[in-house]
Amino acid sequence: MTGAPTVSDTPWLDQDGQKPLVQIKGVTKKYGDVTAVDNVDLDIYQGELFCLLGGSGCGKSTLLRMLAGFESLNGGSITIDGMDMADVPAYERPTNMMFQSYALFPHMSVEKNIAFGLQQDRVPKNDIVDRVHDILTLVELQDFKKRKPQQLSGGQRQRVALARALVKQPKLLLLDEPLAALDKKLRKQTQFELANIQEKVGVTFIVVTHDQEEAMTLSSRMAVMDAGRFQQIGTPTEIYEFPDSRFVADFIGSANFFEGRVTEDSSDHVRVQTDVAEVYIDHGQSVLVGSKIWVALRPEKIQIVKTDEPVSGPNTVNGVVDDIGYLGETSIYKVALPNGQIVDVTAPNQSRPTSETPRITWEEKVAISWEPSSVMLLNA
Amino acid sequence: MSDAAAQTAPAATPETKPLMQRIRRKLQNNWRSIVVMVPFAWLLIFFLAPFFIVAKISLAELAIASPPFTKMIEWADSGIMTIRIVFDNFTYIFEDDLYLNTYLNSLKISTTSTFLCLLFGYPIAYAIVRSGPVAKPVLLFLIILPFWTSFLLRVYAWMGLLADQGTINNLLISLGLIDEPIRMLYTEFAVYVGIVYTYMPFMILPLYANMEKLDGSLNEAAADLGSRPTNTFFKVTLPLTLPGIIAGCLLVFIPATGEYVIPDLLGGGNVNMIGRVLYNEFSRNSDWPVAAAVAIVLLFLLVLPIMVFQYFQGKASEAS
Amino acid sequence: MYGKRSRFLTIMLTLGLAFFYIPMILLIIYSFNYSKIVPVWGGWSLRWYEVLFQSEEVWSAVSLSLQIAFINATFATILGALAGLAMVRFGRFRGRTLFGGMLVAPLVMPEVITGLSLLVFFISLNELVGWPAERGFTTITIAHITFSMAFVAVTIQARLTGMGEDLEEAAADLGAKPFKVLTAITLPRLTPALISGWLLAFTLSLDDLVIASFVTGPGANTLPILIFSRIRLGLRPDINALATIIILVISICVLIAAILMFRQQRADLRDQQMAAGENS
Repeated sequence: MTGAPTVSDTPWLDQDGQKPLVQIKGVTKKYGDVTAVDNVDLDIYQGELFCLLGGSGCGKSTLLRMLAGFESLNGGSITIDGMDMADVPAYERPTNMMFQSYALFPHMSVEKNIAFGLQQDRVPKNDIVDRVHDILTLVELQDFKKRKPQQLSGGQRQRVALARALVKQPKLLLLDEPLAALDKKLRKQTQFELANIQEKVGVTFIVVTHDQEEAMTLSSRMAVMDAGRFQQIGTPTEIYEFPDSRFVADFIGSANFFEGRVTEDSSDHVRVQTDVAEVYIDHGQSVLVGSKIWVALRPEKIQIVKTDEPVSGPNTVNGVVDDIGYLGETSIYKVALPNGQIVDVTAPNQSRPTSETPRITWEEKVAISWEPSSVMLLNA
Repeated sequence: MSDAAAQTAPAATPETKPLMQRIRRKLQNNWRSIVVMVPFAWLLIFFLAPFFIVAKISLAELAIASPPFTKMIEWADSGIMTIRIVFDNFTYIFEDDLYLNTYLNSLKISTTSTFLCLLFGYPIAYAIVRSGPVAKPVLLFLIILPFWTSFLLRVYAWMGLLADQGTINNLLISLGLIDEPIRMLYTEFAVYVGIVYTYMPFMILPLYANMEKLDGSLNEAAADLGSRPTNTFFKVTLPLTLPGIIAGCLLVFIPATGEYVIPDLLGGGNVNMIGRVLYNEFSRNSDWPVAAAVAIVLLFLLVLPIMVFQYFQGKASEAS
Repeated sequence: MYGKRSRFLTIMLTLGLAFFYIPMILLIIYSFNYSKIVPVWGGWSLRWYEVLFQSEEVWSAVSLSLQIAFINATFATILGALAGLAMVRFGRFRGRTLFGGMLVAPLVMPEVITGLSLLVFFISLNELVGWPAERGFTTITIAHITFSMAFVAVTIQARLTGMGEDLEEAAADLGAKPFKVLTAITLPRLTPALISGWLLAFTLSLDDLVIASFVTGPGANTLPILIFSRIRLGLRPDINALATIIILVISICVLIAAILMFRQQRADLRDQQMAAGENS
């Protein structure tokens, strides 16, 4: 993120023995026969902007609602700031939630909506006025304070919802698909605003989203969730560049997968033999020689060049262009390999095509190659 | 609350503090029970209990007493309790042809009226749904207005129309179409007209509510797949409006079976419906046990439809 | 929905509306009939309205009915709202099925049955504890409250289910205790439904004949009871006059309500336009 961070960039590392703000241990939630959340563990630290990313039905919203106190637990425990939340009802928790539908009170003005939470805490009237004013300034809605929610646009309502949740200075702010209702352009702009606000205010955010880009942009750390379980937890970089499994590799961004067998394993390199190529990875990874393994490559990490001569060597394959998708910024090439597998390769269109350097076109013979460091080895 | 208010809160002594806290806690935890208990208690006392008393009376004998029936439970001087239950009233009802015919007649009339309401009400509801955005609220208003107007007066209006010297007969005679007035008032025909007239809104409104929620694009999809309008209606629209049809039919059938006013005003003494019989048994003959038995039998007849109605009400509220 | 109304539907609609309104219009016209025999036209006259206004019986019946209706509507709304709330928001509780059944049955129960059962109840109660010794105002009101509250409960339930729980959850999340959520969030949003419930209960009470007939006592004649006793014997022009007044009063009220609702919709539309007109 831009600007001088007021909150540590890596709160989960600079601990000095500090306990995590939120401890989720063995939490389970069942609805009849369906297990929505399956025995999950997670620690979240003060100052993080943590994203729960997953498709619909993966359990992320359920987990969020359990943190807020709207759903009971069928197993496990949730501890916030050292306190077990077991018998604590929603209105006594140190959390505040920003709802997907915003849930603004239609019979109250923007001002009154925001003041509501402070009134429940018996905050003195003068303080309420000041704090409401400050938060409205933060979200840039001072001029709208007398309006009712129906008189606001979608983006404005979203900011009111955020202000209402933040004004109470909760230890934990829970956001349920905060940007889902906004159109694409507004969403991009708001992503950055949201992250900036979090830095300024220093509150720990937990965001639930199905949008990968959002999760990648916003989070300091994220968890990819599927079928009630965490598939991987880590920073956006870790998850994108070093996915644990095919599921995560395919869920975030896209990837090409090759199945192969480990032929060499040493402390500084690994060699894998697949159907189509020999893959050389330039760092060590603990794998068993002879074992089956999956190799994944991101489309943007593959180079593509026209060639008439067949190439050989590690980390290269011959192919024929099967299909092309022109996206303006980039082009996606679908390359057919000798064994029939189709590989996606994306390349930026860095310069305009000329007669001397025409674009790669259909049915052309090409060679694709990649850096040894770009290879992702997956066990699952 | 400001600081001032907090400071002037009553200073609690060590003894009262836990008690007050306990009471407040109890209230906070149990206010829901209170919310439920009040209407629940009211209904138990004033709705449910009366039915049991009616049942009790139906099992008693007619007596010259006030109230005119024998007690069920009597305490003799020696402290022995005797319970008298008599089924005579029920056997009387079942053996007497009059009652049997009346029940059957009531069912016949209410089922036919329900069917007629459906026959006419369905197209009307459909027509409203298909109306333009300006016409729709106006039409709804026009349909609902009679519903709010006095039921009694609407029946009275038909008395004026159907009488021998009433408007319809006058019109037909003055037009030369007939020589003598047609007997319409105090016939079964008049009862049908009365029931359909007054109960029609109860058929139209549930149908309308159901139809309004239907997805218009379903009809379009059917047409796109080659279905002609009539076929679309029977295969797509009609099945989807079934909940509305059932709700409307029950809302008409159940109360119409026990109707009293319409058979009395429009049917005169000539149309036997069970509501009238019950009222007469009770007020004129003062035969409370029999009246009670008549009511209990009617209740049994209607229990099944009432339960079906409750079931559909529950489903409707879950669906929305 | 697609397509305009077909000819058939339009015809049915017109016939239907004619069927609804012609009887009432004729009723009104004949109230201005000079002749004592209703269907025989004797010229325009307001004499029956005079007769009406001078009738003590009529005024006391009107007064009684209005009082009962008012008290009934208020209590029925309170009880019905509590019942509706409990059914929708309280989840499963002991006796919920029975409670729900008791809230649905009055909607369809034939009035002779409820009337009879309440009467014998009052009489037995009198035997037991000496109250109510005289039937009339109180017993009618109690009877009306009992069935009106079911209608109010249905109205409230429909509205609550349509409303969704989001706002209540948000309020709880912001620290409001459940009771506070009820008073600050749920009830204000319920106001339109409460008002229409009140009006519904008011109308039902005003209109009720059968149940009132059963549970009333000597001297306590409600308006429907009065009207009924008079029209049983045949057509009466002063009843036409009374009918006209009632129909007109009710029509005006319903019209006002419709206009208010229409105004509300226009205001909502303006709000939406205001919101959409600006860029976030």
